Amino acid sequence: MKNKVPLYFLLFALTALFLGMLFGLTASFQYLLPDFLKETVPFSKLRPFHVTSETSWIVLAATGSIYFFIASVEKFELFSRKLQSLHFILFLLTGVAIYFSFAFDYTEGREYFAFKPILMIPILLGWVLFGINYFKTLYTNMKGWPVYFWMWGTGIAFMCYHLMEAHFWLFDFFRLNFIKDFAVQWKSTGSFTGSWNMLVYGISIYLMSKIKKDTDVATNKMAFFFYFLGLTNLMFGWAHHTYLLPTQPWIRYVAYAISMTEWIVLASIIYNWKRSVLKVEKENHPMAYRFLLATDFWIFINIILALLFSIPAINFFTHGTHITVAHSMGTTIGINTTILFSALFFIAQHLRPKLKMDTRWVMRGFVAFNISLFIFFVSLIIAGAKRSYWMYVSKEGSFAEMQDSIVPYYISFFIFGIGIFVSLLIVATPIFKAFLQKIKT
Amino acid sequence: MVSNPRPYIFIMAILLALFGFYNYVIYNTDGYVAVEKLSPVAVKGQQLFQSNRCWSCHQLYGLGGYLGPDLTNVYSTEGKGPNYIKAFLNSGVKSMPQFHFTEEEKDALVEYLKQVDETGIYPNYDAEIEATGWVKIKYRNEE
Ligand code: HEM
Repeated sequence: MKNKVPLYFLLFALTALFLGMLFGLTASFQYLLPDFLKETVPFSKLRPFHVTSETSWIVLAATGSIYFFIASVEKFELFSRKLQSLHFILFLLTGVAIYFSFAFDYTEGREYFAFKPILMIPILLGWVLFGINYFKTLYTNMKGWPVYFWMWGTGIAFMCYHLMEAHFWLFDFFRLNFIKDFAVQWKSTGSFTGSWNMLVYGISIYLMSKIKKDTDVATNKMAFFFYFLGLTNLMFGWAHHTYLLPTQPWIRYVAYAISMTEWIVLASIIYNWKRSVLKVEKENHPMAYRFLLATDFWIFINIILALLFSIPAINFFTHGTHITVAHSMGTTIGINTTILFSALFFIAQHLRPKLKMDTRWVMRGFVAFNISLFIFFVSLIIAGAKRSYWMYVSKEGSFAEMQDSIVPYYISFFIFGIGIFVSLLIVATPIFKAFLQKIKT
Repeated sequence: MVSNPRPYIFIMAILLALFGFYNYVIYNTDGYVAVEKLSPVAVKGQQLFQSNRCWSCHQLYGLGGYLGPDLTNVYSTEGKGPNYIKAFLNSGVKSMPQFHFTEEEKDALVEYLKQVDETGIYPNYDAEIEATGWVKIKYRNEE
């Protein structure tokens, strides 16, 4: 394999994942001991470090996987290897600059993009380079494009748009009008998530079709129906994040109506349960297969939660509490991370077909990861429910008293956070091994 | 199986056209309640709110980080208000670090929170929950 850049992307992504978890753990420790480190590294410093690292993990791992699939599995001649290297170098340098920007408090940006806004320019440029390479490589013949090619192309294009939209606040036309500005901010971050989901869900369909050796899952009409449903939600569903913001009511009506179409997704998951669970070919890709099984489970749990609180009457009580965080981390870890680990195992096995992946330790790690995540998730839900009870039912006591009463759940959140970190580290060992060996040769 | 992309391209074109129109309308629609534009002092306050990452612990309209309380109506809540806000900035509390703002900067932050407060209510205790699952929120001009 001559083209090693996809592996560099993946190693970069894994570094962001594990560093990000260390930031997350340090941040959550401040829920237990509020005074701890607060003058040197306050929560407000750690949160952007954590969130930006973890979103970068998802986006970089998806990018590396897509480059790898196109060039090394599909064996398409990449339009330009130079552009691909440039893309990597741009992202690597920007990543370092972002950490510097956080460390030295150059944080004029907003949530999720707290760094100096100027750093958005190289990021956007990187996406444009990716887009050029992607479409130039694949455009030759659109006939017979399986759904994942559509999804990846869509993800790249919308990523460019929504990253720009997330910076519209720099213009007075938006900024001076608080409600519009705030709505557009949350529109852009919602659709930014939708864009990476296009990349990651595309990867999951790709993996399913490869592991099952069945192209039908990626070419049948149903697959396209769900793709367009997802795209509609990406475009018009974001306002369920802002049901309680005094925007024009029609914006929220549209979001409510669109969000409810996701029930179709839930119904189809239940209906197809047996069929969607992959049965064949797991011998070749034991860990990639298991991670996709875990994805199935986590999609099921998260979609129920998301559907429920997309109903305004329920959202009213859950909004602004850790139930939202349970949703964000439940989906980014439970769904995105499991799909991406499946991809990493698939790639590692592709590079080293003989390397045994499902060793006893890796299996233990896999089980511990899912159990830890479950308790982590439930702790956040309970913490959120207690805050909601304080806000809307009891309305008694100060904010600090309410926080103190939740400490036991923050402790379990912290402990099982360590569980997630350690178990993922164990699971990732054979992946690191395979990648590093390949890079050396 | 080779799928014919034509219908898909057609659906994509329709969705993109709708999306373009929808964005145009969203970008040109103001909030439900008419309020003053942010004043230059409030914009300065917003910049401080961002560069000091206040949002990573606090929420506005329930959006932000969750270590601290929501600040949407801290300006107008009984028993709170400008001096209360400044006292917290001066001394910090629990996990909130002490900030070393100048008087002018504190005024700017207070002005920003004041203007945010004027846009609406959160938590919206007088919202009406309807049987359809819809929530009719109460606006500032309905007080
Ligand atoms: C070691 C495990 C982890 C710990 C202890 C942890 C801790 C935290 C903490 C304390 C917050 C801030 C919540 C608040 O505002 O109160 C947070 C937010 C977040 N974390 Fe993690 N985290 C972990 C792993 C991850 C991973 C692996 C991902 C993604 C792959 C992730 C994605 C996020 C996201 C997206 C948010 C923002 C949530 C929101 O805005 O609603 N976290 N995390």
